[in-house]
Amino acid sequence: MTTQAKDEALPGKHPTTAGRKSDRELVVTRTFDAPARIVFEAWTTSDLLKRWWVPKSLGMSFLSCEIDARTGGTYRFVFAHPAAEQPMAFFGRYLEVTPPSRLVWTNEEGGEGGAITTVTFEEKDGRTLVVMSDLYPSKEALDEAIASGSTAEYDEAFAQLDALLA
Amino acid sequence: MVQHEARRLDASFAALSDATRRGVLEQLGRKDASITHLASRFRMTLTGMKKHVGVLERAGLVATRKIGRVRTCTLGPRRLAEETAWIEDYRKLWAARFDELDTLVEELKQKEKSDDHTGKG
Repeated sequence: MTTQAKDEALPGKHPTTAGRKSDRELVVTRTFDAPARIVFEAWTTSDLLKRWWVPKSLGMSFLSCEIDARTGGTYRFVFAHPAAEQPMAFFGRYLEVTPPSRLVWTNEEGGEGGAITTVTFEEKDGRTLVVMSDLYPSKEALDEAIASGSTAEYDEAFAQLDALLA
Repeated sequence: MVQHEARRLDASFAALSDATRRGVLEQLGRKDASITHLASRFRMTLTGMKKHVGVLERAGLVATRKIGRVRTCTLGPRRLAEETAWIEDYRKLWAARFDELDTLVEELKQKEKSDDHTGKG
């Protein structure tokens, strides 16, 4: 936590923003002080992506990372987490790969309700604005993604409440 | 302010102390539903379900709106606070990733520069 706060205070770092853009869309943005082709390369090359996708604070590690960054190609990331018995796999297909400006992929590990992720890389004056959008098939699917993220807390609160009332 | 907060918490606790009402919240977390649908889902009378929804509504856990003859229930304003917290967690995850990406991109940029330099020199 402290490390992250310190990191963010370093000069040259740009803020990351995130928000629900519509009923079924989440958007994250960030600017990088580098040309788009370098940033794009870091998203589409397995050896490079492995170096930033799993920050140390997450406590996870890559077991494997396969990227076939071509339109119609697939990707598969497999992670190990000390708290999980089984490895976790994230996978899908690239619907569009247009170097160095646009990437679109599916998220298929969750079945039907998975989002379509679109990342655009807009270069201006040697800087690149990255805009990542997760578009869910419906409002319900995004609501569910959010709810499942907070379910753990709910469950814990209910368990405490049950104990209190028993 | 503090008193208001305490009253709100009391209302929430009362609302959540019932298994049916917790079930209703769980159901609405998945999908909005009409009172009629909830009543049949939890095998109770319309009047009984209306009472439960009323308790949840007063606690800010559920909101209802009437369209035509159907009263639809959704998760209430407190859900918004939860969503905001979730989005902030999501933002933090990406901020941490992007900090690492920043470092990597800087390294690649420097490497390119020195390669260029060597190439030209």
